[in-house]
Amino acid sequence: MTVKRILPLVLLFVLILFPLMVKDDYQQHLMILVLMWVVIGSGWNVIAGYTGQVSFGDAAFFGTGAYTAGLFAHKLGISAWWAMAFGGVMAMAVALPFGWICFRLRGAYFALATLALNEVMRHVATLWESLTDGMVGILIMQTFVSKVPYYYIALGLAAVSVLSIQMIMGSKWGYYFVSIREDQDAAESLGIDTHFYKMVSLNIAAFLTGMAGSLYMNYMGFIDPEVVFSLHDISIMAILVGIVGGVGTLYGPVVGAFVMVAVHEFFRTGFFGFFNTLAVLTGSDVVHVVAGYVMQAHVLGFGILVVVVILLLPNGIVGDWDKMMGTVSSVRKKGMAG
Amino acid sequence: MEVFLQTLVAGILKGGLYSLIGIGMTLIMGVMGIINLAHGQLMMVAMYVTFVCFHYLGIDPYLALFISTPLLFLLGMVIQKYTLNPLMEVESLLPENQVLMTVGIGMVLTEIARFVFGSDYRSVKTSYSSSAFYLGEISFSVALTAAFFLAVAFTVFMFWFLRKTDIGRSIRAVGQDKDAASLMGVNPRRITIITFGIGAALVAVAGTLLMPLYYLFPDIGGPFTRKAFVITILGGLGSTVGAIFGGVTLGLAESFGATYIGMAYDDMIGLLIFLLVLLFLPGGFKRLTKI
Amino acid sequence: MSLFEVRGLVKHFGGLAAVSNVSFKVHQGEILGLIGPNGSGKTTIFNLISNYHRPTRGTIHFKGRNITGLKTHRISRLGIGRTFQIVRPLGRMTVLDNVIAAAFAKVATKAEARDLALETLAFCSFEHRKEVLAKTLSIGERKRLEIARVMATQPELLLLDETAAGLNPLELEGAIELIKKIRDKGVSIIIVEHIMKVMMTISDRIHAISFGETIAEGTPHEVANNPAVIEAYLGKEYAEGS
Repeated sequence: MTVKRILPLVLLFVLILFPLMVKDDYQQHLMILVLMWVVIGSGWNVIAGYTGQVSFGDAAFFGTGAYTAGLFAHKLGISAWWAMAFGGVMAMAVALPFGWICFRLRGAYFALATLALNEVMRHVATLWESLTDGMVGILIMQTFVSKVPYYYIALGLAAVSVLSIQMIMGSKWGYYFVSIREDQDAAESLGIDTHFYKMVSLNIAAFLTGMAGSLYMNYMGFIDPEVVFSLHDISIMAILVGIVGGVGTLYGPVVGAFVMVAVHEFFRTGFFGFFNTLAVLTGSDVVHVVAGYVMQAHVLGFGILVVVVILLLPNGIVGDWDKMMGTVSSVRKKGMAG
Repeated sequence: MEVFLQTLVAGILKGGLYSLIGIGMTLIMGVMGIINLAHGQLMMVAMYVTFVCFHYLGIDPYLALFISTPLLFLLGMVIQKYTLNPLMEVESLLPENQVLMTVGIGMVLTEIARFVFGSDYRSVKTSYSSSAFYLGEISFSVALTAAFFLAVAFTVFMFWFLRKTDIGRSIRAVGQDKDAASLMGVNPRRITIITFGIGAALVAVAGTLLMPLYYLFPDIGGPFTRKAFVITILGGLGSTVGAIFGGVTLGLAESFGATYIGMAYDDMIGLLIFLLVLLFLPGGFKRLTKI
Repeated sequence: MSLFEVRGLVKHFGGLAAVSNVSFKVHQGEILGLIGPNGSGKTTIFNLISNYHRPTRGTIHFKGRNITGLKTHRISRLGIGRTFQIVRPLGRMTVLDNVIAAAFAKVATKAEARDLALETLAFCSFEHRKEVLAKTLSIGERKRLEIARVMATQPELLLLDETAAGLNPLELEGAIELIKKIRDKGVSIIIVEHIMKVMMTISDRIHAISFGETIAEGTPHEVANNPAVIEAYLGKEYAEGS
């Protein structure tokens, strides 16, 4: 129990010290991505893991947040940082009518509708050229040269996300979310407005994901519809982050973000440059060609990963039942102690 | 008026093929309760099979049907048996694990195609690819018309198959009530495998028939998966007759959209229909006809 | 004025009439037994009251207010609780968490909800199982959890759907005792049960239906000797011969 309570603090401490210890730009960049994915994965976990409404279209909210930030800077000349919170709010503005329509129906509809929303948003961003410049995308000046400020902003956002979700899950909302996941009819019979609370849950997810999108715009300085509304690179990635670590667990998305960014990078760089090094070392043309193929096939690796994860780890690394219930009861016991 | 009629004809012809795609998807939906998000990608595979047959072996696309359809039937069975069925045994928090699995499979299929064939646009140029005949002022593309009638034939065959054969009846039984069906001696696991095979085979027929008309590239699967699920939603999840209506409706909507609004909105129109159905006709056409 | 009343309730599923013209009243603090052969429409009536299905015709009144067509959760909030014939535990939550989730209907904070839940579990003599995952409970325990959970919403009218079915004799005793205890708290109850002994001993009045229609109403003794009821249960010959 005590280990469980101390571990997050240790982790936070290590994360705070990280940029002081590791000066390498590339590694700092990866850590910023990890923290961003912690935010997105946590959001997905609220609606899918805790509330049981699986979203296949997180990119709709992510992209909305990113475009909000981008357009603030691009069209209004306001610092994109101001748009951080507003990006979340805009994502909620998308989520509100969407949820209101979709949650009237049960079953496969929500999952499909999120998928459709993802596509609709991408098309809108592509076709509405007068606003978004379409496929050209949006380029803004980055605020900082160093990665360290971005890192701390991302860390703050991630920490606040995890903390606020912990608080929510220990409250009435959290109990209602899980009740809806377990049995919607039973939840209704106990006086739970399931439609309303599904909306609440979706909007929490949308807000967090939208904020992450704004962060991405600020940090990367460039977005286009294919990047931020990507089904595979954002929506499916969000699901994997949520699943790999452990569905319906507080720290599952944290673990998932580390693992998935690492794995993604592993494939993208050809096993962290292993094949390239091997090619240089051996001087063999064959290895060189193989290295080229491996780098090209990183999406294939990603796809295979989806298949393997669901086959072997459907509930994630920290996500078997007892552990999950352990998280719920630890939240409860904390509530008692405090 | 001519433009209107021409658009109408093109829409209906395209709709016939869409129906075939939709029936495959809706069969899988009915029996397994999941949306197969690798449906378009399976079609893409069938198209590459057709392309290889034509380009390297000189086999006419219509003859290639006899190769691509059984091949995809096998592929579908393998996918169901080794990736989807194992998921039934693991207790999981999320009911959508199988759907997510199909997304993964779709990605793998697309990337394998890219790996093997590259991202280049491919096509099958037959003597009849661009020929047309005229009824009055209205032109009929030979390939599309032939595809339409073959699609209708396959659809009729499917109806006969589902109603008159033992396997067909078993498929419908599992679709209606899995537990009751297994009490009656139907092995639901075997039926799911066969159903996925049939679903893949049907979309393979559509893919092969489309090959003389379309350009082929690895990412073509995604848009067709989206079309397939719009059709399925339109028809009402799991309804075969609904899928035909859904297919024709989507074909018409796309055709009219392309003529009167603009080609760029092709994909948007399907999604717009999806949204409208969700808003005003939850449950799809099934709700109207009670079929 | 009666606490609760249904007037001329009708429900058609497609062309099939599951309930046709059923009316009854429940008074403050009484237990009304609803009996009828299998498939006579008892559970359907419960589903109509809590609006899982919308009545084709007829109205439902609670405390002088027409509540027909209100959403399920609103009806629960107004003070009509129900259990399910086929129990629906929130499987991957503990017994205590199940009850806490229900208790939030009445209180806002976690601490209050927990207190109320513990109190309710004690009332239902179920405290000793509070840390157990609901899906691991036995059928008897699940039925008890259903009652504990709905009691945490502090209903004024309770609809019990076969809460004694599938219980062993010891559990059955406990269930009857609990139902009486709930009644003594001032909660009115409509109960559906197949075990006649239970119905006869705990009901103040009994309302009998067959094929979706009322066939008799009265005290347990009156209804038990009503020819129409005997016929519905045992067949025509038996009724004439007796």
